[in-house]
Amino acid sequence: MATNATKPPEPFLTRTWDYITDTQIWKSIFRHGMPSTSRNRVLVVMTNVFLHLHPVKIRKSGVRLKFTWCMGGLTFFLFLVETFTGLLLMFYYRPTVAYAYMDIIDLAEQVPLGIMREIHRWGAHAMVITVWLHMFRVFMTGSYKPPREFNWNVGVILLVLTLLLSFTGYLLPWDQLAIWAITVGSNMARATPLLGYEGPGAQLLALGDVKMVHAGSDARFALLGGRFVGEGALLRFYVLHCVGIPLIAGILMAVHFWRVRKDGGISGPV
Amino acid sequence: MVDALKGAINFLTAPEIFITLASVLFFLSMRYKAFWAPKVALALGILGAIFLAVSMLDHNFALIVKKPDNVPIVAMLFLVGFFVWLSMHQAHQNDERIARGEPPNEASNGENEKTWVWPDLVYTELLCMIIGMIVLVVWGLAFHAPIEEAANPARTPNPSKAPWYFLGLQEMLVYYDPWLAGVVFPSLIIVGLMAIPYIDMNPKGNGYYTFKERKVEITIFMFGFLIQWVLLVILGTFLRGPNWNFFGPYEYWDLHKLLALNNVNLSEYVWVKALGVGLPKNMFVREIPGILATLVYVVVLPGLLARTWLKKYFEKLGPWRYAVFVMLLLLQIALPIKMMLRWLFDLKYIVALPEIFFNI
Ligand code: HEM
Repeated sequence: MATNATKPPEPFLTRTWDYITDTQIWKSIFRHGMPSTSRNRVLVVMTNVFLHLHPVKIRKSGVRLKFTWCMGGLTFFLFLVETFTGLLLMFYYRPTVAYAYMDIIDLAEQVPLGIMREIHRWGAHAMVITVWLHMFRVFMTGSYKPPREFNWNVGVILLVLTLLLSFTGYLLPWDQLAIWAITVGSNMARATPLLGYEGPGAQLLALGDVKMVHAGSDARFALLGGRFVGEGALLRFYVLHCVGIPLIAGILMAVHFWRVRKDGGISGPV
Repeated sequence: MVDALKGAINFLTAPEIFITLASVLFFLSMRYKAFWAPKVALALGILGAIFLAVSMLDHNFALIVKKPDNVPIVAMLFLVGFFVWLSMHQAHQNDERIARGEPPNEASNGENEKTWVWPDLVYTELLCMIIGMIVLVVWGLAFHAPIEEAANPARTPNPSKAPWYFLGLQEMLVYYDPWLAGVVFPSLIIVGLMAIPYIDMNPKGNGYYTFKERKVEITIFMFGFLIQWVLLVILGTFLRGPNWNFFGPYEYWDLHKLLALNNVNLSEYVWVKALGVGLPKNMFVREIPGILATLVYVVVLPGLLARTWLKKYFEKLGPWRYAVFVMLLLLQIALPIKMMLRWLFDLKYIVALPEIFFNI
């Protein structure tokens, strides 16, 4: 390139920027220029594993905040926040009756700058609210109609999983609030038709005089790993909360996002 | 003056009045679109905020609302209100456009065209994330996550409440037994939600806000969401105290508040009060009236409706879809029906077979 002696030198920042983006390291990460041309805007989405959940182009009406409210996006964001803060909490928390409560107290008193538990708890509440509102938005725009029936169903399962995530997490601090809320919630399972020992029809399941469904074998027992909310329940809820449900929810979210794209992107009038 | 006002509000928030008023208001708002004018929404929002702020001066009110876990519910109230308004407002706007022969907002002025994900969508998402993060951090700094005394299985707090998002279900326990309120109805909510896309055969209103083209669908869904879910959560959180008794928002949560429990079973109404004979010994004979009533409700009524009010749907949906639709609908309104029966006639159970844990 012929240098032009009369041209003033580029500003410092521009030169630095040009230098950085010209290094081998930069180029090995970003395999295209700034996304200001059509070509690069395609590439930026296609070459990035996270961005490629999106299509390259999308309906204008689907980008509008007043259409989607970004509620699905916020729900996903909160899920990520919960995953991250939850991971940090796991460093401090041991799911046994002897330790659980004290670990939470310690967390508040000993850990510097600790608002992880706050963010985790408020984030969980917020996620419940955003997932409701997301469902409401999807309903109000009729976005469950063909061809998106299946994705609506994936969504319903995600809604249930979100509530279960919140529910299982509620027990972990092992304070009065926790165990009694879970006691009230899980008492319902006692009344499951056929499967709960106080449920209609459970008496029918008996071999002679031997009841098959009793307090030590019914749906509630399976949920709690015991006859009451104790050690067994704490461990069960912990495992479900930290591993089981997030795993399933994560997979279903991948399916959900994939289907948003494959069903033709955000819905719009034809 | 202030006390009279508080008394009036305490009175108006009693479940039978609160739920009825809210339902009436709901149906009016579905009927008259003047409710959704921006001015009305703004006025309601401001009124709500003022009500909240002024009420915080009341000791009992502040005690409940300031519980850290209840803060999100207050936030939810305003958020749900705002977004319901936003969707209905856009729906009515589109309806007007469609009536004028124009396409809905989502299909005019180039909205049908495509735009780049980078930067248009990516930056919107980034913005939402940043705002979301700021809200969470501020909220986290402002309120400590609650931690009460260590768990003590020997001491049951009164009231014992499920987590707030399940309080609608707990509120249902007032009217139905756990096997229905805690197991069958929640399952039906899930099944019902999943069935929506397969029952709703209306091809219109896909991908844009509209009310006129989907009046019935929207009314049913919103009634479920706003009245049968959100409103019951509010009731369960703020207005249910010890022993799950009702307490007005300014009322002291008195552990010893006594309420006369004079609920009567249908069987007693029929055999004892109407016929003047005693309750029959055989439990199934005893419950015949309720069993018949239930059968009429779930077997005869669907057929009857197919020939009358829901004829249009029966023809449009065909027998199978119609059957699922009408069952779900009947079970959805089983809750308000039982509420009414309780409030008007002190009815306890329609079918009462405690011998086999089967009470309806
Ligand atoms: C953990 C829960 C969920 C997450 C993270 C999630 C995420 C998302 C995201 C990011 C989108 C893109 C558009 C938008 O933001 O609105 C979306 C769309 C969609 N979601 Fe969800 N969602 C969740 C739960 C649900 C639920 C509960 C339902 C319904 C019952 C649902 C049904 C749908 C449908 C049908 C679409 C396509 C909408 C359209 O094309 O306009 N999702 N979801």
